[in-house]
Amino acid sequence: MDPTRTGTTQTSTRTRHGVEVSGSDRPRLARHVRLDFCRTRQRPILLHPETVVVLNDSSAAILELCDGRRTVAEIVTELGSRYQTVPDDEVRQFLTQLVARRWVELTDG
Amino acid sequence: MDSPFGLLAELTYRCPLACSYCSNPLNMGDYQDELATDEWLRVLAEASDLGVLQCHLSGGEPLLRRDLVEIVAGAHGLGLYTNLVTSALGLSRPRAERLRAAGLDHVQISIQAHEAALSDRIAGIPSFQRKIEAMGLVKELGWPLTMNVVLHRHNIDRVADVLELAEKVGADRVELANTQYYGWAWRNRDALLPTRAQLKAAEVVVRATRERLRERMDVVYVIPDYYSRYPKPCMGGWASRQLTVTPNGDVLPCPAAQSLPLPRASVREDPLERIWAESPVMTAFRGTDWMPEPCRSCPRRELDYGGCRCQAFLLTGDAARTDPVCHLSPDHDLVARAVEAANADSRPDDLPLIPRPHRARRPTHLPGGAD
Repeated sequence: MDPTRTGTTQTSTRTRHGVEVSGSDRPRLARHVRLDFCRTRQRPILLHPETVVVLNDSSAAILELCDGRRTVAEIVTELGSRYQTVPDDEVRQFLTQLVARRWVELTDG
Repeated sequence: MDSPFGLLAELTYRCPLACSYCSNPLNMGDYQDELATDEWLRVLAEASDLGVLQCHLSGGEPLLRRDLVEIVAGAHGLGLYTNLVTSALGLSRPRAERLRAAGLDHVQISIQAHEAALSDRIAGIPSFQRKIEAMGLVKELGWPLTMNVVLHRHNIDRVADVLELAEKVGADRVELANTQYYGWAWRNRDALLPTRAQLKAAEVVVRATRERLRERMDVVYVIPDYYSRYPKPCMGGWASRQLTVTPNGDVLPCPAAQSLPLPRASVREDPLERIWAESPVMTAFRGTDWMPEPCRSCPRRELDYGGCRCQAFLLTGDAARTDPVCHLSPDHDLVARAVEAANADSRPDDLPLIPRPHRARRPTHLPGGAD
């Protein structure tokens, strides 16, 4: 995941620790984040006030299911019915990164 | 050559505020012939075709454009993420509701300090109370809110109070941006530059608050590059990811680049796609071929892209020099001297600040002359 800054300011880099996504969490996109499709690049994208993330198809598939109702475990199961292999820890790792950036929010199970 | 991701639409340089740290150009009078609504709508469509995904509506004060709702609706219709960067003066409830209905995604409201007296003094106009009310309105209408604060010598000591205020108004993000020295800020640099001790104290507060509020608020801190070892990777590289369109339709790689001696490119004369691909203002410093030493052989050349061309030009008179902020730059003493002066015991306390004018004085027109 490689966010592209689009704002006019240059900021210090920052990571957040201590948030672990579990199977019973119910993730949803934060209010200020939008999942979309870029027709020029023909790729799914994640839009944030100051950044754009060009996603691969599997990341977009995960985020499409983050509706605040499904649990992470349910998302993994649902993706499993579509794709051959869906490593549970990779889904959780991806969501953990986004939670750390506050682009995805968690509701407890 | 990549496609740009972001468009900074500087709709007007007119502004009700008179902040001395403003990065708008000194020659604001040259930008009074503002693009008309249909011209902006065409620019947005061309930008979207070019790959732009985000549109930052800024200025000056974008709310002074009577057609702002129409421009937002146009951007939204193209699927752009729209971001209003505003002083909030002029953000009445009806106006805000119309902007919300037009699809505006996000609002950034500036504030000049943590309390009314200092904030109003820096802004040059009573505005603090109205800004706080506007922040409440933004939250009430369901927008994500960013509070923008430009930090400098005269407010950085109160950064803890600023963060407390951001928390109180329920900001989702707060951008604490150390002053970047362009435009009016460049003119006022020596009066605005903080001391090393001030920065150090502020950074302790920012780190602690970021940790404490990490579940609730994003605390973005824009580094003070005069105090950095390496330059900022300005705009993610010249004409690489973003572009700016000024109020009169000039196209630039960044909002400060109008100060550089490069030929003008205008949306009134050429399509945006051709300007992005071919115009000298875009190609002059794209990539790494233009780089002098020590950048050319530096392992960081693709990390910071030689720093900021505008800063190199302002400090040395040559935009193709290494950003003097870099400690490896042969011109680094230009920055070191300014920093030393800001930290000197002998520095006078009351260096004058020149406020930016609300608007450039209109040139006197001859009777019957064209406006």
